[in-house]
Amino acid sequence: MANIETVVVETDLLILGGGMAACGAAVEASYWAKQAGLKVTLVDKAAMDRSGAVAMGLSAINQYIGLKDGANTIQDYVDYVRNDLMGITREDLVASIARHVDSTVHLFEKWGLPIWKDKEGNYVHEGRWQLMINGESYKIIVAEAAKNALGTENIYERVFITGPLMDGNRCVGAVGFSVREDKFYVFKSRATLVAMGGTVGVFKPRSSGEGAGRAWYPPFNSGASTYFTLMAGAELTCQEVRFIPVRFKDAYGPVGAWFLLFKSRATNALGEAYMETRRPELDNWQPYGHVKPVPANLRNWLMMLDVMEGKGPIYMRTEEAIKKIAESEGDPKKAKRKLKELESEAWEDFLDMTISQALLWAATNIQPEQKPSEIAAAEPYFIGSHSGASGAWVSGPKDLAPEEYFWGYENLSTTESMFCAGDASGASSHKFSSGSLTEGRIAAKSAIRYLVNEKPEFGNYDDAEIEALKEATYKPLEVYAENKDKTTQDDVNPHYILPKMFQMRLQKMMDEYAGGVTAQFSTSKANLEKCLELLTFLREDSEKLGARNLHELMRAWENKHRMYQAEAHVRSILFREETRWPGYYFRADYPKMDEENWKVFVNTKYDPKTGEWTLRKVPVISMF
Amino acid sequence: MPSFVNPEKCDGCKALDKTACQYICPNDLMVLNKDLMKAYNQEPEQCWECMCCVKICPQQAIDVRGYADFVPMGASVVPMRSTDNIMWTVKFRNGMIKRFKFPIRTTPEGKADPSGGFSTEPTLDGPVLFTEPDSLGLTEVWTKN
Repeated sequence: MANIETVVVETDLLILGGGMAACGAAVEASYWAKQAGLKVTLVDKAAMDRSGAVAMGLSAINQYIGLKDGANTIQDYVDYVRNDLMGITREDLVASIARHVDSTVHLFEKWGLPIWKDKEGNYVHEGRWQLMINGESYKIIVAEAAKNALGTENIYERVFITGPLMDGNRCVGAVGFSVREDKFYVFKSRATLVAMGGTVGVFKPRSSGEGAGRAWYPPFNSGASTYFTLMAGAELTCQEVRFIPVRFKDAYGPVGAWFLLFKSRATNALGEAYMETRRPELDNWQPYGHVKPVPANLRNWLMMLDVMEGKGPIYMRTEEAIKKIAESEGDPKKAKRKLKELESEAWEDFLDMTISQALLWAATNIQPEQKPSEIAAAEPYFIGSHSGASGAWVSGPKDLAPEEYFWGYENLSTTESMFCAGDASGASSHKFSSGSLTEGRIAAKSAIRYLVNEKPEFGNYDDAEIEALKEATYKPLEVYAENKDKTTQDDVNPHYILPKMFQMRLQKMMDEYAGGVTAQFSTSKANLEKCLELLTFLREDSEKLGARNLHELMRAWENKHRMYQAEAHVRSILFREETRWPGYYFRADYPKMDEENWKVFVNTKYDPKTGEWTLRKVPVISMF
Repeated sequence: MPSFVNPEKCDGCKALDKTACQYICPNDLMVLNKDLMKAYNQEPEQCWECMCCVKICPQQAIDVRGYADFVPMGASVVPMRSTDNIMWTVKFRNGMIKRFKFPIRTTPEGKADPSGGFSTEPTLDGPVLFTEPDSLGLTEVWTKN
């Protein structure tokens, strides 16, 4: 500890994270801060050029409304999101993002992102809301705009944020450590914007060897937002709404282009299309079962029913789809040209965002125009930006939110001075990359307005408090150093647990008791209570996490963060006594949806002082 | 292994303060063995196979071998990224080779202008964001009637 320097950084607005939402926040905050004479600082655990969920790139932008062309209305998008989430949605937040998101997409284009255009110069749509892009450098381009706005002197990379700095119930900054140098960071801020992504790696992945890293969402989204906001005493929402994507099996390559652009079918091994044969099942999930498009979780559910009946493997019928499109061209020459074009588009879809899938196709000699490819449900993830909804409970905007959902500044959490965006903000799903960046912009402008209007002071805390946080931050290094010589091999030692085994222990209990892959996504009160019992032991043992170096110290903290995400999830699933999203999880003891009692949000809070969790129902209020 | 390093090509980025792969890896996996002056992936089972290290390596010393627990051996996917496009060479297990080339950006590197050239005069009160309503292509930002 003596050789670790403490670095103190004072700033007006502290942006935590470096992904899409944080980059949006940086661009927007820089503009308003300049006018107001305020300082903005951003902290990223990695390098901004390739950090966050878009690090690898993307092949599509999934949220574009098309307002200027009158293609859709704000209400159209809200209807789509509400139905996909089985009625549980903050319409004010979804509308707030939707009214600005086109502006963000137009900015992307100006910044240099190639968006596909047709002969008339219009965007090429993958689906109603989705645009096709050449997105290999999507994140680099977005980070560049953020850096140009903010100035690199205001950006700290490779600093891992462990938790909040609090003054009573107010968030007054954050603490963390450099993963490269012996430096402990104390960021003192007057307002803080949390945008540190979702959570991956809570449930056991399907591939538990090398392929454990091949999660659909990135393994470096490790629950920092959830932990930070919980420890700051903020109310969280939709912690039960996990997301399970159905993707090409094992490498998790995207299916959107196949389903939407190429109009491919998915069938079971007998050639039956479960979306047709299982249609009567949708009657059980009314009124959401009959909307179009069928909600993602119900599409999953119909597929899972086939799998449970032994009708798998399930296949994306790529060969059928390509043949159909090529044939519709008419003459054979044109068909051949079209085939070539489709082949290139199909491969780019993978190469832009899931290179492993291209590698898996090559390794198994798959040519999509010749044979179908297997699809499957991935393990569960926590993600407020895609089709999940977990995140902090935040204020809506003044002009859109009902009074129950409004407390002064949009995207302000229930903790004073703390704003949230992207995966960190809940109940506003389907924001994807473009909407997350947009929400970062909304939250940043709101935070600057808060700073200008409220003129909040820096927090009060004494040096002893900072020292205690520093000690807690580096404890895993101390635990290891004190005990490493007590056995002849440092990975088996009764005095500490290394992060990797700690994570596997968490993943095993979540998988088996909380409805992971092994349990076919099914759970019950008895199973969840067993899981909580095991989580209590794990929480006690988290004090004995050991780390051999700074990299492993980061892993120790990531897994501590994941553990709190796990508990928030288990408690929320236990609280909600119904099954509402059967393709995300199934409560075997409450197998039906209960609109009368459970068409509500489930909000969760943690008291870091007492260790107590509180859960409550919050009404869903429609704005249209 | 996910990513792996060819020792004949890797020069440890000539002992500058950090290697390019170490700088870019979003999961902090690439490290430099200072005795050998060669980089390696310290935790292959945490690798997302995003190929950020492969694309940035000045020596083209890094490649990816598919996850051994589900990818059959013998295939490769190799990117060659320039300032405005990327070319991919996909080699199948059966020896077939496919090559694809895609654009990656339309502006010169480093030149992304945060305002996108849109004019902007919004006020701090209200919902209108920087660059709006110009960047929306509309005359005003939507609100509830």
